[in-house]
Amino acid sequence: MSANLQEAIGPVCESFGHDRTRLLDILLAVQQRLGGIDDRAIDAVAAELAIPRVDVAGVVSFYTFLAPKTRGQLVIRLCNDLPDLMMGAEEVAAGLEAELGIRFGETTPDGRFTLEWASCIGMSDQAPAALFGDVVVPRLTPGTARRLVAELRQQPPGADLHRLLVRAYGDGANAHDLVRAAVENNLRQAGEVIFAQAEPDAGLSKALAMSPAEVIREVKTARLRGRGGAGFPTGMKWEFVRAADGPQRYLICNADEGEPGTFKDRVILTERPDLLFEGMTIAGYAIGAEHGILYLRGEYAYLRAYLEHVLARRREKGLLGKSVLGKPGFNFDIRIQMGAGAYICGEETALISSCEGLRGDPKNRPPFPAQRGYLGHPTSVNNVETLCCVPRIIQRGSGWFASIGSRRSTGTKCLSISGDCTRRGVYELPLGTTLRDVLARCGGEDAVAVQVGGPSGRLVGPEAFDREICFDDLATGGSLVVFGPGRDPLWVASQYMAFFIHESCGYCTPCRVGNVLLKERVDRILAGRGEPEDLDYLRALATTVKTASRCGLGQTSPNPVLSVLDNFRPACEARLKEPFEGRQTGFDIAAKLAEAQRLTGRKSVHFDA
Amino acid sequence: MAKPKVATTSLCGCFGCHMSLLDIDDRILKLVELVDFDRSPINDIKKIEGQVDIGLIEGGCCNEENLAVLHEFRKHCKILISVGDCATNGGIPAMRNMVPLGECYEEAFLNGPTVVNPTGRIPDDPEIPLLLDKVYPCHEAVKIDYHLPGCPPSADTLWAALVALLEGREPELPYELLKYD
Repeated sequence: MSANLQEAIGPVCESFGHDRTRLLDILLAVQQRLGGIDDRAIDAVAAELAIPRVDVAGVVSFYTFLAPKTRGQLVIRLCNDLPDLMMGAEEVAAGLEAELGIRFGETTPDGRFTLEWASCIGMSDQAPAALFGDVVVPRLTPGTARRLVAELRQQPPGADLHRLLVRAYGDGANAHDLVRAAVENNLRQAGEVIFAQAEPDAGLSKALAMSPAEVIREVKTARLRGRGGAGFPTGMKWEFVRAADGPQRYLICNADEGEPGTFKDRVILTERPDLLFEGMTIAGYAIGAEHGILYLRGEYAYLRAYLEHVLARRREKGLLGKSVLGKPGFNFDIRIQMGAGAYICGEETALISSCEGLRGDPKNRPPFPAQRGYLGHPTSVNNVETLCCVPRIIQRGSGWFASIGSRRSTGTKCLSISGDCTRRGVYELPLGTTLRDVLARCGGEDAVAVQVGGPSGRLVGPEAFDREICFDDLATGGSLVVFGPGRDPLWVASQYMAFFIHESCGYCTPCRVGNVLLKERVDRILAGRGEPEDLDYLRALATTVKTASRCGLGQTSPNPVLSVLDNFRPACEARLKEPFEGRQTGFDIAAKLAEAQRLTGRKSVHFDA
Repeated sequence: MAKPKVATTSLCGCFGCHMSLLDIDDRILKLVELVDFDRSPINDIKKIEGQVDIGLIEGGCCNEENLAVLHEFRKHCKILISVGDCATNGGIPAMRNMVPLGECYEEAFLNGPTVVNPTGRIPDDPEIPLLLDKVYPCHEAVKIDYHLPGCPPSADTLWAALVALLEGREPELPYELLKYD
């Protein structure tokens, strides 16, 4: 190990107390210092922490934002989620490639720039967007992208690029000194719960005057359900954690917001961080936790300094730390755990793995996190929006909260709306609002399809527009992507399958292999080579993947395919070709000739391939 | 009444199965009495002319032409039989399935010890059929009614199967005709 490397890595490990469970933070810090993590850096970190090399290499290779190979000084990650593609991300990509003279996945010969695709970075309402390092650059056009890169090239190495990248600050706290982002909130509709004006920390004061059991009872009476998408009753989860044995309990706030098309947590984190931390503190009080973790997705790193600042201010005011608000015996503090670009870490057991400094692999359940979660301690993992509801419930009462929304889905829901509509952004609406009403508000009345709940949700057509957004009908973690006339439901399914293939952790075969096979068959139908049996094949395979996968990713990844089969069957059938009698369906001639066509540079003389 | 029609072809095979068919010796005279031959290397007819009762396929599918011929047979033959191990399993040619297609082409047209190719390129002449990514047994591409194993199936095996089918019986081959050690 070279002395330089040790000098760089030693202090970083020291600052995290050589704690192996903070490996992800250590690696992010090392990468920041060295510009990349190569084999020698992996060796050095392993030696410094006295852990097997493979543990370090495994983590490095798992997270998109950690680079096993050395990347350029500035990594440009262009988002390729559907709203971005629909708004011209591919043209922007072509502009970037032309300007830099490299393809996506490559680094310029001078080692200054790397181009990469990124899954949704949470800017679908201002797409196409890219991350230039940590800096978000939304609303790109091929022209602005080329100009930006040309200007960056003129800068001497090590220059501050922020000023160049961010020409104008966005609204609200996006213009805060510690954020300085070009991101816009696009908050189109503030509702009664999250974005309403409220007296700061009134909920916390009131909660600390109650017993933890009373707080949980209030949340249960309000019938608050988890806003991440699953809709599990929050009060019940807290009761399980409180009842579980253990010297310590943990509260984790899931701000991974990786479900493509979702960005409402970004706006909450920007505009209502105090409400969130107040909610986390109340939750900590309710379940008996002393430690809270905010798991912030790597794509939102630009918010970190600001959130740390908010936390510091709360500590000064006695809202965090020892004896919160003078309540003897109630100690609670929050640390921020940065993610590093892995969709699967939004799944709660994978998120816990990630917090423990491991690869973000899901864990087997049971035991559930409420019994054995973070570091083996009982843990409650709650969504940002869920925790933000809590202070308001305590402050204004469960009856007030339950009076909003529908009977089984109480309160409001923040929706992230993007795609083919005129007013993209965040809408806080009572649960139970019909999809048609939502489309009218966002200017998407002529939609032919809407993806509700991200790729793992479902794609519905106009016949479903009178259904309600709520847990028991059209459930969503917040994402609505609108598809206007001319969009192809099968193309949507194919794109979403590409996303799942990329994000599958590869641990279990149904998910690792099945998603690839599903996309192949969808693409075949898209290319006009589908046969009637393909639809049965897709359904059978989708069912297998859903049934046999180990975690929520594979259990929901076939949903785009199933949605298309259920809701857009005529569009599929119109493209199918009847094979001649006796031909084996599923024998894809075009696919089997593709390689030879590429090698010889000619087309088949016998087959239309 | 017109005689039943038989057609035969060799796809990715070595013609060994056709040789085995000729090994029925003097029974060939009887065969000619029993059936008319449509497309077959025996009479050199290049395209199937009408409906065929029994088609015999030797060899698996290694290229686009094999597939096209197989489709022609399936469309025209009431009963289609995979004859021999290449048709039923891919056989010896399927050993290339372990080798990436690019390397197969390079060995054949660029790097092989006996290759003379001044262009230094893989030929794109349409006369040279495009290879499939792998060699496939026939039943993966089309529905096959009967499989006759063997490398090759013996003359007696072929004879017994053919006669049974021509007489409208299910072929039931005794063990001796299907064992190969």
